Amino acid sequence: MSFLEVLYFIVPSAIFYAAPLILVAIGGVFSERSGVVNIGLEGLMVIGAFIGILFNLFFADTFGNATPWLALVAAMAAALLLSLFHAVASISFRADQVVSGVAINLLAIALSIYLVQKIFDKGQTDFITERFGRYNVPFLQDIPVLGPMFFKSVYNTSILAIVIAFVAWFVIYKTPFGLRLRSVGEHPMAADTMGINVSRMRYIAVMISGALAGIGGAIYAQTISGDFGHATINGQGFMALAAMIFGKWHPLGAMGAAIFFGFAQSLSIVGPSIPYIKEIPSVFLLILPYVLTILALAGFIGRANAPKASGKPYIKGHR
Amino acid sequence: MSNRAINLLVPVVSVILGLIVGAIIMLISGFNPINGYAALWSGIFGDLYTIGETIRQITPYILAGLAVAFAFRSGLFNIGVEGQLIVGWFAAAYVGVAVELPKIIHLPLAILAAAVAGALWGFVPGLLKAKFHVHEVIVTIMMNYIALHTTNALIKTVSGGGDRTEQIFTSASLRSEFFQNMTEFSRLHFGIFIALLMVVLMWFILEKTTLGFELKAVGFNQNASEYAGMNVNKNIILAMVISGAFAGLAGAMEALGTFQYVSSKGGFTGIGFDGIAVALLGMNTPLGVIFGATLFGSLKYGALNMPNAAGIPIEIVEIVIAVIIFFVASGYIIRLFLLRAAKKKEAK
Repeated sequence: MSFLEVLYFIVPSAIFYAAPLILVAIGGVFSERSGVVNIGLEGLMVIGAFIGILFNLFFADTFGNATPWLALVAAMAAALLLSLFHAVASISFRADQVVSGVAINLLAIALSIYLVQKIFDKGQTDFITERFGRYNVPFLQDIPVLGPMFFKSVYNTSILAIVIAFVAWFVIYKTPFGLRLRSVGEHPMAADTMGINVSRMRYIAVMISGALAGIGGAIYAQTISGDFGHATINGQGFMALAAMIFGKWHPLGAMGAAIFFGFAQSLSIVGPSIPYIKEIPSVFLLILPYVLTILALAGFIGRANAPKASGKPYIKGHR
Repeated sequence: MSNRAINLLVPVVSVILGLIVGAIIMLISGFNPINGYAALWSGIFGDLYTIGETIRQITPYILAGLAVAFAFRSGLFNIGVEGQLIVGWFAAAYVGVAVELPKIIHLPLAILAAAVAGALWGFVPGLLKAKFHVHEVIVTIMMNYIALHTTNALIKTVSGGGDRTEQIFTSASLRSEFFQNMTEFSRLHFGIFIALLMVVLMWFILEKTTLGFELKAVGFNQNASEYAGMNVNKNIILAMVISGAFAGLAGAMEALGTFQYVSSKGGFTGIGFDGIAVALLGMNTPLGVIFGATLFGSLKYGALNMPNAAGIPIEIVEIVIAVIIFFVASGYIIRLFLLRAAKKKEAK
């Protein structure tokens, strides 16, 4: 296998694995930019994956090809609802945001497995029949070298994720809404003085993070796993969280980090069929994304990039 | 109502709310909550066997709770208890199968190995936090996954390609014939004494030593502690190391007490994550952790009886636990309600 062939093999696979991570990490960016830490991304992804699979299984006959897309909408709505719990607890009830996020994670996995038990009478769902398809992007696929790497038999969910990353960058950095969002996360009191409703901005941000995490979870379930059980998401939400930090709380940075993690994850799966890499014991490939995250945090990205008010409840009149 | 009374009432109210939410979910999904909770109750206290098993289940929860609480008291959030527990479990089991020694050396050695492994797993996030200001939450989460995959690979190596190690030598076991006879052959083991001893140890460190004072001071206000001449970085690392050692011991309980071996895992045990809730419920005090662990150990073990006795999935208890954590975290709002209720009473 030549080097280029290896790249043709691994780059599409990396982007494929990165798509859910990109969306969830950008959800995290929105939430943290407003000053709310959202460790509950994992749980929100779980609910998204569960509702996505459930919808797909129940309505595949009715909607046919459109099912996976409609399932994304259903998953988005469900995760958005769940994220409201985190919003209420951490914004209105002044809960410790990390603890509330942990509760969301536990609740999501328990609730979804409970329902799976109740509906299917077993630990996991059936496999879905309607899946996302692969496409060749017209014209772009003809570009030499890059075309086959990025634009041949690509999942449209991957394209969606990348598009959303750019939209998120525009929203956060180029619109008044984004300016308000960032000001609320940096200095809520100053924002409040300028007439910005801090609580409302934070609620909106957490809801956006829930919606994106839900879509991410549903994409993961409908492209990668194909069914839902307790181990379906298994830490993807935390990986997304790491991607967000790795990407310096910036949507495009988060996207880059997510693609990098997608690369590391796909390496452990496609690795055994690539020369040289298959010689490496699989455990090293398995722990690679986590070790790289730690190394990146310790050395490469520098410090103090987090939004200043992240993690602190805003109490009016409190200095 | 005094502040102290309210502090105690918040977890109690949270638990009651959690049980109510559980009952509502059972009702909605067509189960009888009275049957459900009756099954839970008899799953915990039904007979001597279940009582023995319940206490066995409580044991690692105490240690996991101590680990989280100890870090919390120093202002650190250790989500890595799960990973520290996993490496502790492996280390203890490895010492248990690798050599055969007189019990008086072998058992302490296996326990120590677990504590050291856990401490090492806590040292990394502690060091990174102290030296590079990397948030310990993310590092500990990553360390959990590294622990999971690494121990799985090590188990494969140690067992010669299998999924679990052999049984540990009895010289490293915490099992006790006395307990087994007393509790109709439950797996209750001596580990509960180690757990209780650690509760005392944590209380002693926090309340009676300079180290404990400094750790608490760093937890309250890093800048003030720095100004007062304390070595904040050293204290952060030390707090994570001790916390990790507690978590490693929780793993030793599983290796040397309950299971007598270690097997590769498809996912996390959950004990470490529940330790967060145990610590919160116990308000991060050593004594409180015993109560929190008792509640969680009981719920977890008792839940196993629910599918058989009442046809209700175990996950309902997981939901109850999540709701309890949610309300404990939102203690502010419960406090507000309690204070208002108290004021109304006074007005009358």
